Amino acid sequence: MVVKVYGPAYASPKRVIVCLIEKQIEFETVPVDLVKGENKNPEYLKLQPFGSLPVIQDGDFTLYESRAIIRYYAEKYKSQGTTDLLGRTVEERGLVEQWLEVEAHNFHPPIYQMTTQILFFAKRGLPADENLIKESEEKLGKVLDVYEERLSKSKYLAGDFFSLADLSHLPFTQYLVGPMEKEYMIRDRKHVSAWWDDISNRLSWKKVLELY
Amino acid sequence: MVVKVYGPAYASPKRVIVCLIEKQIEFETAPVDLIKGENRNPEYLKLQPFGALPVIQDGDFTLYESRAIIRYYAEKYRSQGTELLGKTIEERGLVEQWLEVEAHNYHPPIYEMTVQLLFASKLGLSVDEKLVKKSEEKLGKVLDVYEGRLSKSKYLAGDFFSLADLSHLPFTQYLVGPMEKEYMIRDRKHVSAWWDDISNRPSWKKVLELY
Repeated sequence: MVVKVYGPAYASPKRVIVCLIEKQIEFETVPVDLVKGENKNPEYLKLQPFGSLPVIQDGDFTLYESRAIIRYYAEKYKSQGTTDLLGRTVEERGLVEQWLEVEAHNFHPPIYQMTTQILFFAKRGLPADENLIKESEEKLGKVLDVYEERLSKSKYLAGDFFSLADLSHLPFTQYLVGPMEKEYMIRDRKHVSAWWDDISNRLSWKKVLELY
Repeated sequence: MVVKVYGPAYASPKRVIVCLIEKQIEFETAPVDLIKGENRNPEYLKLQPFGALPVIQDGDFTLYESRAIIRYYAEKYRSQGTELLGKTIEERGLVEQWLEVEAHNYHPPIYEMTVQLLFASKLGLSVDEKLVKKSEEKLGKVLDVYEGRLSKSKYLAGDFFSLADLSHLPFTQYLVGPMEKEYMIRDRKHVSAWWDDISNRPSWKKVLELY
């Protein structure tokens, strides 16, 4: 039975899809239209009671929260595909967890605000909160300054190996350099720029961009 | 060598401390005063470059982000103290799911309420009443989903206490205590029973006694 991933058009489900591709796990997708509010349908809420994307169904097993789903598959299929997405030792896993949490608590909130304001409001002709965009961009810039320092000493965030921590940044950073037209935030920072080129050119991410 | 935990007076470090007690891991603490801005000192930023609390030092190994630290110790000391990650990979998946729910759904509104109600006046700032009201509404909706879940499951990830439940202890303690919003818990029958269960664990009572 093949893993079913809901909402592939959106960023957080892509976090799961790129991980499944890295781990060579077969999957299929089910569209969920946020503009039509399909995430608030009773059938969807039975699977994900907060109405967020994604959720996966793997036989009897249902799981939500993209960063939980990628941890689950990286652990369950440890010896298949890219094997060190969680590092090779308990300490390396600890550093992967640290940078996954940094992404979730420091990187994600401002970039998510920018995504909502610039891509969903402004592009749909709704008034965007320019103050909020400016504030969020400043916050994100400060976070990227810390990343610049880290990546000047370490090839990837958790160490010398590509991990879930780097992977977790792919979908929203793609929005940043693409439709949000803020590639300068990455290019102005030499080591962040090299890191972005490295991780976004992985075959798995190129596949995601091709498919969805 | 004993684990050193920075900032025990505050909520997120307590998330780590209660986990270390559950896992029977010895530790010591080092104070960090946020009002004095000690988290912005160069020496602190060398350990935690975002200036957040906590950070731990365990011999040569430095780690930050409380939810990363508790995952690390729960895994490293799997065979000691309380099992906090479930017994199977699927159970661990559910622990991770509810840890993420806490981080992304529960934490943001309760954190806003904490900053406004408990810290704004300490920092000489005026309380944003609209933000408090909005955050309380958001938190209420999240607690309604928890009420549904806990009516079918003793703990969040299943019939076992886990990191997912533990992660809620420090800020919920602020909610029912100094924030004076215990009704948010008590108005929800299963959330109320769950809160009584997890907050009466000897590990949490020890944290409240010590810090």
